[in-house]
Amino acid sequence: MNLLIKNGRVIDPQNKIDDRLDILVINGKISKVSKNIVPQNETGIPSETLKEIKEIDVAGKIVCPGFIDMHTHLREPGREDEETIRSGTLAAAYGGFTSIACMPNTEPVNDNKAVTDFIISKAKREGSVNVFPVGSITKGLEGKQLSEIGDLAETGCVGFSDDGKSVQNSELLRRAMEYAKMFSLPIISHCEDETLAANGAMNEGFVSTELGIKGIPNIAEEIVVARDILISRMAGAHLHLTHLSTAGSLELVKWAKNLGYKVTSDAAIHHLILTDEALRTYDTNLKMKPPLRTQKDIDALISGLKSGLIDAIVSDHAPHLLAEKDVELNNAPFGIIGLETEVSLALSLVHKNLLDLKTVISSFTVNPAKILSLDKGSLSVGKDADITILDLEREYKVDAKNFKSLSKNSPFIGWNLKGRPVAAIVGGKIVYCLD
Amino acid sequence: MRLRHKNLLGIKDLTAEDINLILDTAESLKEVSTRDIKKVPTLRGRTVVTLFYEASTRTRTSFELAAKRLSADIISIATSISSVTKGETLKDTGKNIEAMNPDIIIIRHPHSGAPEILARSLRPAIVNAGDGAHEHPSQALLDLFTIREKKKRIAGLKVAIVGDITHSRVARSDIYALSKLGASVTLVGPATLIPVEIEKMGVKVSYRLEDVIPESDVIIMLRIQLERITQNLFPSIREYSRIFGLNSEKLKNAKKDLIVMHPGPINRGIELDPEVADGPHSVILEQVTNGIAVRMAVLYLLLGGKEESELTN
Repeated sequence: MNLLIKNGRVIDPQNKIDDRLDILVINGKISKVSKNIVPQNETGIPSETLKEIKEIDVAGKIVCPGFIDMHTHLREPGREDEETIRSGTLAAAYGGFTSIACMPNTEPVNDNKAVTDFIISKAKREGSVNVFPVGSITKGLEGKQLSEIGDLAETGCVGFSDDGKSVQNSELLRRAMEYAKMFSLPIISHCEDETLAANGAMNEGFVSTELGIKGIPNIAEEIVVARDILISRMAGAHLHLTHLSTAGSLELVKWAKNLGYKVTSDAAIHHLILTDEALRTYDTNLKMKPPLRTQKDIDALISGLKSGLIDAIVSDHAPHLLAEKDVELNNAPFGIIGLETEVSLALSLVHKNLLDLKTVISSFTVNPAKILSLDKGSLSVGKDADITILDLEREYKVDAKNFKSLSKNSPFIGWNLKGRPVAAIVGGKIVYCLD
Repeated sequence: MRLRHKNLLGIKDLTAEDINLILDTAESLKEVSTRDIKKVPTLRGRTVVTLFYEASTRTRTSFELAAKRLSADIISIATSISSVTKGETLKDTGKNIEAMNPDIIIIRHPHSGAPEILARSLRPAIVNAGDGAHEHPSQALLDLFTIREKKKRIAGLKVAIVGDITHSRVARSDIYALSKLGASVTLVGPATLIPVEIEKMGVKVSYRLEDVIPESDVIIMLRIQLERITQNLFPSIREYSRIFGLNSEKLKNAKKDLIVMHPGPINRGIELDPEVADGPHSVILEQVTNGIAVRMAVLYLLLGGKEESELTN
């Protein structure tokens, strides 16, 4: 729990730091961030503690506040064959994350404090990283009745979402936003008009036309983005739009942010990398909601990250068994895993000069921390020593055998990537170290 | 004389040369079906399996007769009587059939891409007999064969495809095939049944059948399914028939040598008036006859091809 991380390039967007610095961690907290730290010269450190300090030289590496993925599915309770809190948090650690938020579509649904309690306590016992549950907006994700949002907030939920489904009843969503506002927590919207998206298996466009597969049009998302922004304006509530996928959604976010509405947003990493052209292989590991769109949408999402319209990058890590995915495209479930490839894929955008490193780091640290009101995302003195260390030059080939996730439903298996997290530290404890 | 492809998954993968090879081969095989003894020994000892996940009379019968007239052994698996109803996956079913060493598997499936999934994991040649709304290559080939037989050419012809384009695998395969051989294609149908961005396939789109008829050399009518009404894709049969149905009144302005085609089964009186279906422009039953020759050519060419002399002996 006592570390001296030496000679790294420390990038901490919240504290506007980008410099070669050392970081001293004492008792799991950030004790000092400065040049050439010599622990013996620091005051107030007991001599027994001094002896225990483990020194790590990270010259040539990037040292950041611990990365946060604010959109994952851990599948426990209920689908422990696909993922558990133990395996999912280990996958997070190996992916360079120190904190994750998990969506409520478990079995049973996280719509009451017993389930929230279970997730938090299980994560404390078996988890490799910090786990912050997201509670459901409606009981059983049925879109009919409000969950006990007050109980969920008190028990530790950091936001509310019916993710996987989209609340279709506008009146109900209005009430949810008004109610969640009392607890200063966001409503996290999966935006999808179910009638427009019905039976769709991929993006509606030229590729779906050629393949003869029912498409999901952009407006299935955009109509709900627009509606939710209007409802949040009326309710005065914080709306977080998750996994935005279309250029049109970004125009709506721009409008909302320019008018100063409390709207934040994130994009899933696969929507920044892949287009619907990839579906020509019928690979079911390319099927997710929202669907992979077009290059025009990728361009809009990337410029949205640059301009701050998009605040965070997420994985939408959605484990499914091979047997569930190894079927015809129409019959396969939606979703792919992403925790263990997400950071490398984001760094690939840096290598391509599409994003700068600071934007990527902000989207994994200070921004998601602010959205979910987490006391995380910086290297400020006194904070939990959650630290992610990156090697921008490290090259490797993605191999499913190395995945810690119980599921292997990734379209990135076999890809050669450059840049990867090489260590993750949670509360001063090294939970992942590549070398 | 062989096809440069292991499988026939779609027309999109074929070149004009491939298509002409199949049509030429079909032409020489067509005669076999007119003999008293309708059989040549070409594929003796070869095994063909049809695996149909959707109801079909015409296509399956046509493939079966094609295989039999080439002396292949043919087994038909209909999904209702197989282990598919017990929840076996497509891949597992395919693997099990493969284990019995057939040379060709002919598959029809309600979902796009199913033949490709089999082709990627199985040894036998895969023939797509229709997958979802994706492709129906043998239908397009028999359509082209019929057009070529009647018009003596494909290039430069104006072809209209009329009806539910969105859900039609025939339309897509016909578009690829006709375009590759130099015909120009106009799609006609209600806007609700024309899929987005289809112009990128190199076709024109019109909502007015009467405008398209006078310039057309060929009109391919598609079957309209009644369930599209409950999906709000058009309001009523009566209205559909009035606007997009083909009748003798609308054909008054047609070219004299216009041919009218339909992949079947026909909704008489809905997309096609009986007068037209049975009238002088119609080549619908010839399409059915030609289907056997074209499918014989496909099976023959996929199984390696032999010298022409051996074929016609």
